[in-house]
Amino acid sequence: MSLFLIAALPFLGAILPALLIRAGRNASAFSAGMVTALALIGLLVNAPAVMSGQIIHARLDWIPSLGLNANFYLDGLGLLFAGMILGIGLLIIIYARFYLSREDPMGQFYTYLLLFQGAMVGIVLSDNILMLLVFWELTSLSSFLLIGYWKHLPEGRAGARMALTVTGMGGLSMIGGMLILGNIAGSYDLSVILQNKEAIQASPHYMAALLLILLGCFTKSAQFPFHFWLPHAMAAPTPVSAYLHSATMVKAGLFLMARMWPVLAGTDAWFYIVATTGLLTMVVGAVIALFKDDLKALLAFSTVSHLGLITMLLGFGTKAAAAAAVFHIINHATFKAALFMSAGIVDHETHTRDIKRLGGLRHLMPVTFTIATIAALSMAGIPPFNGFISKEMMLHEAAYTAWAGLPWLVPGLAVLAALFSAAYSFRYIVHVFLGPKRHDYPAHPHDPGAGLWFSPALLTVLVVLIGLFPQTIAAPLVDVTATAVTGDYAHPVHVHLALWHGVNKALIMSGIAVTVGALLLWGHKALERVWNAAPRPEAKVMFEAVIAFFTRLADAITDALHNGSITRYAAIFVAFVLVLSGYAFMTGTIQDTAREIAPPAALPVIAWISLIMATIGVLIKHHNRLLALVLIGVIGLVVSMAFNYLSAPDLALTQISVEVVTIILLLLALNFMPKETPQESNAGRKMRDGALAIAAGAGIGALAYAIMTRDFLFPTISDYHLANSYKGGGGTNVVNVILVDFRGFDTFGEIIVLGIAAIVIFALTEAVLGSRVRARLLNRKPDLPQDGDPHPMMMVVATRVMMPIALMVGAYIFFRGHNLPGGGFIAGLVAAIAVIMQYMASGFSWAAERQRFYYHGIIGTGVLIAAATGIGAWFNDVPFLTSDFGYVTLPGLEKFELATAALFDLGVFLAVVGAVMLTLESLARFAWQPGIQTEHAMDINPARDDADTAKNEV
Amino acid sequence: MEFLVASAIGMLTAAGIYLILRQRTFPVILGLSLLSYAVNVFIFASGRLAVNAPPILNKYADVPYSDPLPQALVLTAIVISFGMTALAVMIALGAYLTARTDKIDMTDEGDAA
Repeated sequence: MSLFLIAALPFLGAILPALLIRAGRNASAFSAGMVTALALIGLLVNAPAVMSGQIIHARLDWIPSLGLNANFYLDGLGLLFAGMILGIGLLIIIYARFYLSREDPMGQFYTYLLLFQGAMVGIVLSDNILMLLVFWELTSLSSFLLIGYWKHLPEGRAGARMALTVTGMGGLSMIGGMLILGNIAGSYDLSVILQNKEAIQASPHYMAALLLILLGCFTKSAQFPFHFWLPHAMAAPTPVSAYLHSATMVKAGLFLMARMWPVLAGTDAWFYIVATTGLLTMVVGAVIALFKDDLKALLAFSTVSHLGLITMLLGFGTKAAAAAAVFHIINHATFKAALFMSAGIVDHETHTRDIKRLGGLRHLMPVTFTIATIAALSMAGIPPFNGFISKEMMLHEAAYTAWAGLPWLVPGLAVLAALFSAAYSFRYIVHVFLGPKRHDYPAHPHDPGAGLWFSPALLTVLVVLIGLFPQTIAAPLVDVTATAVTGDYAHPVHVHLALWHGVNKALIMSGIAVTVGALLLWGHKALERVWNAAPRPEAKVMFEAVIAFFTRLADAITDALHNGSITRYAAIFVAFVLVLSGYAFMTGTIQDTAREIAPPAALPVIAWISLIMATIGVLIKHHNRLLALVLIGVIGLVVSMAFNYLSAPDLALTQISVEVVTIILLLLALNFMPKETPQESNAGRKMRDGALAIAAGAGIGALAYAIMTRDFLFPTISDYHLANSYKGGGGTNVVNVILVDFRGFDTFGEIIVLGIAAIVIFALTEAVLGSRVRARLLNRKPDLPQDGDPHPMMMVVATRVMMPIALMVGAYIFFRGHNLPGGGFIAGLVAAIAVIMQYMASGFSWAAERQRFYYHGIIGTGVLIAAATGIGAWFNDVPFLTSDFGYVTLPGLEKFELATAALFDLGVFLAVVGAVMLTLESLARFAWQPGIQTEHAMDINPARDDADTAKNEV
Repeated sequence: MEFLVASAIGMLTAAGIYLILRQRTFPVILGLSLLSYAVNVFIFASGRLAVNAPPILNKYADVPYSDPLPQALVLTAIVISFGMTALAVMIALGAYLTARTDKIDMTDEGDAA
């Protein structure tokens, strides 16, 4: 099966359990299991090739310019990890089906689990470090969902947050490290990076990359001092713990260290950082584990300890140590997953995980007892189980490793960790299952159904088989994987795995560890008193203090910057832009004035004076809102006349029609708002705002003047448009051809934006009218005296007469648009104004009754027509929105042009009409009151009976 | 001519910014409109000024044309700025009707006024 499919299957399948939960919990679990099994089979199909030493590649260039390629490859290391992720995942899915109770949302559980599984598979198969980083972050996110699965438990939420914070921060540092690594190697493809050991280790940035990457690995793999998140993640349901903390999440860090081993390992820095961290973690985890009374906490700290062990082995940097690390990864996954699941069974059956309340379960739960005992003995390193063999290998490697010239330090600490490890493993057996039967279990314990013990039992069988026949079962996989870790395919690793190597240093150390471990358990009560009395740092408290500090810091900064005064933000923004542009003015260069400046004629001067006067008027009189609105109208008029004078007839037409709708809009709004703005600013504030405004205005004016008095520095692209407008676009109005043809895609986007704005306005209206505001509006009394004639006959008649004329003008403007000033935008505005006049003359209710099409539909139709025109180009084998045109002669008519651009312009027209109408209609709806509806279009009904009149007058 | 346009742009910008810095919604909307005028004219002016040279191709004579590209950009900008103004008006109106005040700045006591 293609590697793409293996990596994608869990993601694609993640939707199934969530959907199938409606068909029952079995269906949901079955679908999740099937997806996983399918991916696993797909992986195993590739296994024979990998075992024979091949590396399978699947390449797909995604964004080559960024070095981001969707490349996957499968070597021994990837095979081992993907196999563990999918294989144990399958067992966990079976286990979880019987573990989770009826109240737990099982569909969600399996969806999260598959997402997580997909992310993990993605990590171990990625051949591109950028993609690997994406998957890496995905594991942090999906594990957050899994750990916090029991949303009702505060410790579950806190644990999930802590795990996300720690591993997420590690992920950030990892991104930095990986990017450095990619820059040194000149490629983000792992297979290329792994070939560049010399270049990377000689680079001055090696140390930075190493530290950043290791920080990511250590946080993920819960290495000291980042180990504290793992025990808190135990608040998750046991299947999650068993999955995340035996085979997957925490092994991701180990995987990456193993993956990067060929290029990063072998230096002193690597040895001292990685081996020392691993050693410390191993000892600290083992010691704490002995004194934990919660079964899962015990296992959590033992996991920390074993992860430390593997990290240390990787840190040694020798091939034999790498092989031992690989072998222990396999063994740890088998016995630890079995142990977690057996702890879950104990919890499930006795309703407690507190070791102090357990004991004597061997008679009550013989199956669980057998499973747990075998797995725990393997963890303790007792023959003939698999844990023994890898522990011997570890002790052997440790025995011959000197740390900073001290030959006894590493072996001594390794033995210390091993003996604590033996002690807590024994405790797990002795204090839970052995001893007298008790009478105060919170529930009546008995062995569960096969559904729960099947998965751990299968793993236990593996524990025994690997222990008995290591060379047959495990050695080939270890060889292939260890060779992939070392990257030295010329000299592949060949391990010799056996229970008995004769009496050697490792065996003696192991013997000491087991004996003293048993003694420790014997003296556990006394030791526990000492432990509880000793002061020790509490990681959770420190973590929360750090988080609280940063929360306070962030709050302080936010509160200082954001005081809720939007005007202040605006002032700061303007000031900042002024500073930036001031800097640009000071440091930039400017060419000499070369353009001839035309002396102004009389007309522009008059227009200029009225514009300046109107603007000053707005400034002085803006407290009188109606007057300010009138003056704004004057300014708009001058601007449109200026456009006309300065050879932009299209702009003039657009500006003047927009002006009309804008003023109507503002008048409608003003109807509901205060008509006066109170005097609020003091003199100082006015001075400040005035200074900012004058500085900005002077700057913009100077910039505009500087631009207009100089020629273009580079040839403009406008010449192209002028030259090709008729030839390529079939129109002589270049502005319109640019809009509907050259830059049609822009216009397409713009009508969509306009439509969205109108729909947002509609939605806002709905929201406001759906609230208490509606009652207030219905009871509103006008604050200005109302005209006695709301729908005067003169106006009604005039607008009715005007309507066809206005629509005719609109149509005319639309059709001539391609060749003369006009087009869809302007025609749309004109048509909208024609309709608005009817609303104004006869009222909202009257007009709404006669409305045939919803304005939403008109907007949508417009956008769709424009889109369809664009798509039509595809049938012509040309890109989206490429226009076509031709000339048609019909009998009786002159030769005329048909262009697809006209169809596009129709879309623009409809979208503009719809958007403008929807906007104004929404605003008008605020004014609706029950009494204002009239039966007639005007106040005087010309068709009424005289009798009625007479009756009314009486 | 150039000076008139440049000074008008400057004036509109200054007035627009001054009004945007006011503390009620309505002047801010007016300020936005003025600023839109200024920006539109500014972009238009970046194509340089020309009188009696509309960018309508003349089939019969070789005449100068003004720069059509800024005009096309400004044309859509005018329509979009209408949409923007309408949206701002709507938000301001909704806020005023809901909170019964058209003050812009939030106070710590909340807008219970």
